[in-house]
Amino acid sequence: MSNTRQAEAVSPWRAPILFLILAALFLAEGSFRNALFSGSWNTALAILNMGLISAVMALGVNMQWGYAGLFNAGVVGFLALGGLAPVLVSTAPVQGAWAAGGPRVILALLVGLGTLVLAAQVWKRVSGLMRVPALIAVLVLGFVLYRWLFDPAVMAIEANNSARAGNIGGLGWPVLLSWPVGALFAAAAAWGVGKVALGLRSDYLAIATLGIGEIIVAVMRNEEWLSRGVKNVSGIPRPVPYELELQSSPDFVARAAEWGLSPAVASGIWVKLLYAGLFGAVLLGLILLAELALKSPWGRMMRAIRDNETAAEAMGKDVTRRHLQIFVIGSAVIGLAGAMMVTLDGLLSPNSFNPLRYTFLIWVMVIVGGSGNNWGAALGAILIWFLWIKAEVWGPEFMRLVTGPLPAGALRDHLLGSAPHMRFIALGVVLLLMLRFAPRGLVPEK
Amino acid sequence: MAGPYLSATAMRGGYGKADILNGCTLTVERGQIAVIVGPNGAGKSTAMKAVFGMLHLREGQVALAGEDITHLSPQERVRKGMGFVPQTHNIFPTMTVEENLEMGAFIREDDYRDTMAQVYELFPAVADKRKQNAGELSGGQRQQVAVGRALMTKPSLLMLDEPTAGVSPIVMDELFDRIIEVARTGISILMVEQNARQALEIADIGYVLVQGANRYTDSGQALLADPEVRRTFLGG
Amino acid sequence: MDILNALVAILNFVVIPAASYGAQLALGALGVTLIYGILRFSNFAHGDTMAFGAALVILITWGLQSIGVSLGPLPTALLALPFGIALTAVFILGTDRVVYRFYRSKRSAPIILVMASVGVMFIMNGLTRLIIGVDEIRFDDGARFLITVQQFRAWTGLSEGLSLRVSQALTLVVTALACWALFRFLNRSRAGKAMRAYSDNEDLALLSGIDPERVVRLTWIIATALAVTAGTLYGLDKSFKVFNYFQILLPIFAAAIVGGLGNPLGAVAGGFIVAFSEVAVTYPWRKIATYLGFQPDGLLQLLSTEYKFAVSFVILIVVLLFRPTGLFRGKSV
Repeated sequence: MSNTRQAEAVSPWRAPILFLILAALFLAEGSFRNALFSGSWNTALAILNMGLISAVMALGVNMQWGYAGLFNAGVVGFLALGGLAPVLVSTAPVQGAWAAGGPRVILALLVGLGTLVLAAQVWKRVSGLMRVPALIAVLVLGFVLYRWLFDPAVMAIEANNSARAGNIGGLGWPVLLSWPVGALFAAAAAWGVGKVALGLRSDYLAIATLGIGEIIVAVMRNEEWLSRGVKNVSGIPRPVPYELELQSSPDFVARAAEWGLSPAVASGIWVKLLYAGLFGAVLLGLILLAELALKSPWGRMMRAIRDNETAAEAMGKDVTRRHLQIFVIGSAVIGLAGAMMVTLDGLLSPNSFNPLRYTFLIWVMVIVGGSGNNWGAALGAILIWFLWIKAEVWGPEFMRLVTGPLPAGALRDHLLGSAPHMRFIALGVVLLLMLRFAPRGLVPEK
Repeated sequence: MAGPYLSATAMRGGYGKADILNGCTLTVERGQIAVIVGPNGAGKSTAMKAVFGMLHLREGQVALAGEDITHLSPQERVRKGMGFVPQTHNIFPTMTVEENLEMGAFIREDDYRDTMAQVYELFPAVADKRKQNAGELSGGQRQQVAVGRALMTKPSLLMLDEPTAGVSPIVMDELFDRIIEVARTGISILMVEQNARQALEIADIGYVLVQGANRYTDSGQALLADPEVRRTFLGG
Repeated sequence: MDILNALVAILNFVVIPAASYGAQLALGALGVTLIYGILRFSNFAHGDTMAFGAALVILITWGLQSIGVSLGPLPTALLALPFGIALTAVFILGTDRVVYRFYRSKRSAPIILVMASVGVMFIMNGLTRLIIGVDEIRFDDGARFLITVQQFRAWTGLSEGLSLRVSQALTLVVTALACWALFRFLNRSRAGKAMRAYSDNEDLALLSGIDPERVVRLTWIIATALAVTAGTLYGLDKSFKVFNYFQILLPIFAAAIVGGLGNPLGAVAGGFIVAFSEVAVTYPWRKIATYLGFQPDGLLQLLSTEYKFAVSFVILIVVLLFRPTGLFRGKSV
């Protein structure tokens, strides 16, 4: 890796120019209506908002990969975990759910956690012949007790008004508060995985995170008392006004008319602009913090470790500990993005967490943007997200163009129908091309 | 062809920008044992790697039996009759002793069972363990397997990089005895040694390298007798 | 107490399904472990290699069926398998030539190769979707059962039934044959020994005159053959669905790591360990407990089947914690 990190002279104008091109793409999307662009500012802003959230995710992945060379293959899991926070923190409490089994579930989870801690203590303290039997006894007893506490409580919660709720509900606190909580959730999970898998071969972290990612998503899909599973949690409160509220405000309607916009369009744009401001502020704040951290002694040490792990270790740096730190911080940022995404959607849909979309697409964003460079990661994220969305429109257009000469028939229909799959192929090709020919990305690390 | 069997002359080169070898010359006659000694960082192992083609030479030539082999790869040099035993990682640990020897003979198309029998004859200790994984053997036995592996190509020049590193004195004596036996069959030996005194005792010719250049060159006995060499390099 | 019926139930619901699933994992893990041993990286595209190969096998099967070729009681896919392997191997060798060889010659860090394999995974995933779609496909023609529940009951007079599907028996037989051939190849043949030597000590293998590119090519071909076989058997057994092959990646990695990455024997053992744990943990034991004279309240299911991947994960974590080199001592950490 080290040979690709040698600083070569890169024009200082490169990043600004690329950001300008990106802005031009969004302007085109908003203003021109043709085969390529929708000409709708609502669409353009919707893409931008998700792009900004993707940029936050990419920032998290970039911290892990770009600063420390850690391969997190379970981004989707940390994202989903962060997405759980708005549900638990800010949705309205479910009547009767807490009484049905809230304390018992909490107790069960504590017992579960306590069992693991106790098991670890047994392993540490007990030695000799009794070690393994004692460990197994602790685990089995703890598991039985956990299930005895957990199962009835969960049944009770899920039975409570199961058509509309059936989950534990939230605390009803402001949704913005759930963002840092989402970051905390993801950080806690990352600490657990990192503790086990870091310090071993670099591939092991990738495999372990792949596993934790799948498990977190499986939990969200199946634990209805927590996330309502496939029934989704909708109606998550917003930090910005609702379109309908705006449309019924005479003040707003009057101002929209001044701009020559219908109230429906204007309210949509205004809400999205507010979101964009919020997400943009978070993104800029994170980039600022990350840049400051990178320039600090801590950041210099991080990079020294990445560039030559052996040398850093020889100099007495605790590489594994540093890796754990950066892994946890990066995952927290991903969790934050998850909470932001669920807030934007107003909906937690556990079934939608697909690893190809939420793990590997983010990876492509980072690699394309420029691993190790925060601005690059943000640029790559917004650009790739824009292309990913537009590929949905452009793909079939392109296929129609390509298959034009073919006679109408099964083959042509099949090819036209499979245009969506081309996105994956294109993504793979982009990843491989960047990795090979521009491993430092569009905006290389300084 | 007149001249020595191996002649590596005026070698200059290194791994990066700085040269490690500064005009080093090594020659070995047929059936001779040549030993390279010198302080740490003198470029002993580097000199041997240069002879074997694992290092790019900026200047100098390597010739084997009069043929210029300076631009050949290590693999090609093996085919020309060089055998090399690296200092570490010189066996296939999860393969049996017998398979290690087979891998040594990988480039041979002919029947190599005779050679294998000769190797077993030379190292009876490992012959008893031919079905055991080489990684499970003791340090000395592993070195024997490593030397045996290199002998499987029937080399005319055997190069050993610190063959006695990390083995006990008794095992070391045993190994040196074996090396003398190998030399008696007409194979030239070039080896790098930390245990300078013992190695020079069996050396027909000794090279004392300092900073990548020859400082003293003489027969092993002569070097051992030289008070200057004794004082500076053999600790009195 | 009804021990016989309990035993039959265990056989029917735990041992047979776990054995055939374990065999499929073992074949997959063998491929992962071979690639790891020779090319020194964890191949994330392996699951999609299985899917891609299985998709080709299905297409060829359909082709064969349409011209009226069949294998009688055995699935036609068995006949299509060699062609599927050959085509997939050509593709995979192409990816090696275009993608991996560059990083190999540069001696890049393993994680870069892992990343490249993610790119290949994307492409293969997209291609598989492109050629066969995302729907569930059943392609197991021929006889369905070797032993049906009714037959078994009639033969034994037991109340508990037992069935053995053709796909399960076939999985076990094919896996046994594949392992036998592979281990014979690795232990007896010159090329197989060269592969092991290269895996053991790359530099010394080079010195011994072993051609690394040949070893690498051979490794890809063997791993692909194993992967396509595993993918086809898995599809025959459980039906073919592209996404399932991404999910099976985790148990396969777990199996390879449990056995010790780079150690073929370990991969086989690891496959069965993972499969048996998975089935045992997610099977509701109530029926068997009842036969044994207990009257349990619940299902006695430790974990619902949705969490079967958690089992692989826990096994993986335990191995990483206590024995990172795996049970059979693979490559060092």
